[in-house]
Amino acid sequence: MITLSINGKDHQIDAESDMPLLWAIRDMIGLTGTKFGCGQAQCGACTVHLDGQPIRSCMTPVGDVGAGKITTIEGVSGKVAEAVQMVWTEMDVPQCGYCQSGQIMSAVALLTENKKPSDTDIDDAMTGNLCRCATYHRIRGAIHEAAKRLEA
Amino acid sequence: MIPALKISHPKFSLPHTKATRRGFMLGAAAMGTSLVVGFRAPAHAEETAVPAAPPAAPANPLAAYIKIDPDNQITIYSSQFEMGQGAYHGIATLVNEELGADWAMIDVEGASGNVALYGNVAFGGAFQGTGGSSSMASSWERYRKAGAAARMMMMSAAAKQWNVPEAEIKAEMGKLTHASGKSATYGELAAAAAQMPIPTDIALKPKEQWTQIGAADLKRYDSKVKTNGTQGYTIDAKLPEMKTAVMIHPPMFGATVKSFDAAKAKAIKGVVDVVQVPRGVAVIADHMWAAIKGREAVTVEWDDSAAEKRGSAEIMAEYRAQAAKPGIATARNDGNADDAFKSAVTVMEATFEFPYLAHAALEPLNAVAAKNGDMIEIWAGHQMPDLYQYIASQVGGTTPDKIKLHVMKTGGGFGRRAVGDADVVAEVVAIGAATGWKYPVKVQWTRDNDMKGGRYRPAYVHRVKAGLDKDGKLIAWNNHIVGQSIAAGSPFENGIVVNGIDFTSVEGAANIPYAIPAMKVELSTMKTGVPVLWWRAVGSTHTAFAVEAFIDELAEAAGKDPVEFRLAMLDKSPRHAAVLMLAAEKAGWSQPVAEGRFRGIALAESFSTVVAQVVEISMPKDGNIKVERVVTAVDCGTVINPDQVKAQVEGAVGFGLGAILQEELSLTGGKVDQANYDTYTPLRINQMPVVEVHMVASDAAPTGIGEPGVPPVGPALANAVYQAQKKRVRVLPFSKGLTA
Repeated sequence: MITLSINGKDHQIDAESDMPLLWAIRDMIGLTGTKFGCGQAQCGACTVHLDGQPIRSCMTPVGDVGAGKITTIEGVSGKVAEAVQMVWTEMDVPQCGYCQSGQIMSAVALLTENKKPSDTDIDDAMTGNLCRCATYHRIRGAIHEAAKRLEA
Repeated sequence: MIPALKISHPKFSLPHTKATRRGFMLGAAAMGTSLVVGFRAPAHAEETAVPAAPPAAPANPLAAYIKIDPDNQITIYSSQFEMGQGAYHGIATLVNEELGADWAMIDVEGASGNVALYGNVAFGGAFQGTGGSSSMASSWERYRKAGAAARMMMMSAAAKQWNVPEAEIKAEMGKLTHASGKSATYGELAAAAAQMPIPTDIALKPKEQWTQIGAADLKRYDSKVKTNGTQGYTIDAKLPEMKTAVMIHPPMFGATVKSFDAAKAKAIKGVVDVVQVPRGVAVIADHMWAAIKGREAVTVEWDDSAAEKRGSAEIMAEYRAQAAKPGIATARNDGNADDAFKSAVTVMEATFEFPYLAHAALEPLNAVAAKNGDMIEIWAGHQMPDLYQYIASQVGGTTPDKIKLHVMKTGGGFGRRAVGDADVVAEVVAIGAATGWKYPVKVQWTRDNDMKGGRYRPAYVHRVKAGLDKDGKLIAWNNHIVGQSIAAGSPFENGIVVNGIDFTSVEGAANIPYAIPAMKVELSTMKTGVPVLWWRAVGSTHTAFAVEAFIDELAEAAGKDPVEFRLAMLDKSPRHAAVLMLAAEKAGWSQPVAEGRFRGIALAESFSTVVAQVVEISMPKDGNIKVERVVTAVDCGTVINPDQVKAQVEGAVGFGLGAILQEELSLTGGKVDQANYDTYTPLRINQMPVVEVHMVASDAAPTGIGEPGVPPVGPALANAVYQAQKKRVRVLPFSKGLTA
């Protein structure tokens, strides 16, 4: 048995240590907001936080997580997350929405570290998150807007 | 062992009916054919015609299209499929313009199983399907009328209960009120309303009274669930005892399983079964990771005797050779091009090459199926429900009435969920049947299944030749298009291929808006074993590039400004002229472009929507193109959701730029070279330009916007790159063509 701390709660799962965290979260624990897109850390749809840092859960074996605290889209909270999710909704960023959990987890991590990201900072933090609907124009605008609101 | 799929030519019989709108494919209209989209079924020689949409006893809107619960929750049943493009929101807007409900109470679900109610009006009504950017055109009257009729029935019910004249009742924000002080919520009256006579004389609100249609500040009803992880997709569907299957597909198109060894796989913890199905081998497990590990342990021997073994280089060489010859069929022939070329002072010729492209939607293909009693239920992205229901019944050994489809929203689509053989939907039923339906099963493709799964935008070669007279006027045009037909061999062949012309191969080329006295458009349809499919904007993804990049070359040869050169040929196409001028004006075309910037313009009509784009780039010293800004003008008729028109254009720009700059699906020895996003490379945020969208005010019925933003962005970019480099790029993607 492996114990994972997810969204502030410990979960015991019966899994081999090589199981990617993504499948533990989705198939064993039943939180489906975190998405599968590529399985190779190429698209960012599976992004979650490990101790506040964004990671690609599809390439992170559960055996490597240890006592680290995992946060998924279902559990992300606090001022930054609230601002990001609110702006995302107000600006109608999502189209199909499939990548957006990952986008939001990356954006929350960025704004937590960097209160006023430049366009280059946004490129650096968000280029690993693919959006096939190409909602990038709004993602960039939403990050700037969330930064502005958090500053106020 | 289950019988082989016999669905490669499902010939049952949705007939040819006439499209009632100019909608679906202007290409066909321009060629003088009346278009009809249906699909054919039964495998008997004599075609049994199934009647088109049965003549209408008016449907009860409060059952067919709108459900209002006592607690005021409103569900709208959408005929159109939602893959991100906002069709559900558009339909909800049309309904709510007339219904007058509180948006907070509105949800939308996909409907299926009743072509009379849900047939696509823009396709002639005989077939439920989403494509050709037709959702709003199909829904424009149907869903406004449904909303209006539902409201009228609620007013009738209230009038009856309150014993007051109906005309004195107000219906807004989900409430019915009367000056006497009586009031009721829609939910309180819905049951009584559903029993009222169904109105046949429905007056829709005039434009001046609209509050929802065209409202710039109306927000999508589904954004919140797409920002908090609660929006469910097929991948998230979970049924009791459900197992997960992953697929091993043949490494080459057309190969089949000879034998397989699953002994090692079955020893892996969590693996439940390994079964052969017509399309390969399915590894079934308790969860996805066990299925993936199980798959790695299976060995399969393939029979590739009937497989396509050529690589894309060989295929393109064949296309190139064919392009140099006369075309096999003629799609358009105005005037006498041969004579016109003889009188031309300047004759120019160019060849353009377009690779295969993958849809590469973020949610890899998937479907869930379960058998309950004698019913098979399927949860998936059912983009063409009637056809899928029929095919699922064939694969499942039952009749269509025993198939229940649950239409799921999907994580992207771009055409990939509209497949003539039902694809992953047929696959999940085959897996269910092969396992004896012991448990519900989800088949979940991995990224490499999806990338290597075929159904690509076909590769094409275009040879374009044009002649200018002494005044630089374009007097002769010849465009020979060489490539695969999307419709040939599919259930849609009969409606789409006419006289050897698949209009999806020539749309955007055979119907160019320019007045050219002599013009010939030819097509050579090639037989290639790589499965192909519609890919956002379909034929115009290549035709518009060849036409508009070449027009730019001709303008230069004629010594004319690219806007002026086009406008001179658009006297009879005022819509196109207006859109072109709007884009030029908004982009500041008459002013010199800023230092270090370069720009190009292009114009394209697709699916009856006209779009012009000005692309502005810079070329840093590393030689990488940086797309800075894309100014778009669009005429899509009446704009229902202005902000969603913008969103679709923004997305189309990013989708189109990725393909033009750097996407290529290639094959070597019949095997697809790309497996994931490291080698098949859609646009990322660091490459995304600023996008401006300007809409032409219009009173015409809505056309569509899901696709039409794609076609012009490529040639506009090419024309900008030429300004920067003085080099024409005619081999796509640019990552290849720029260095060639």
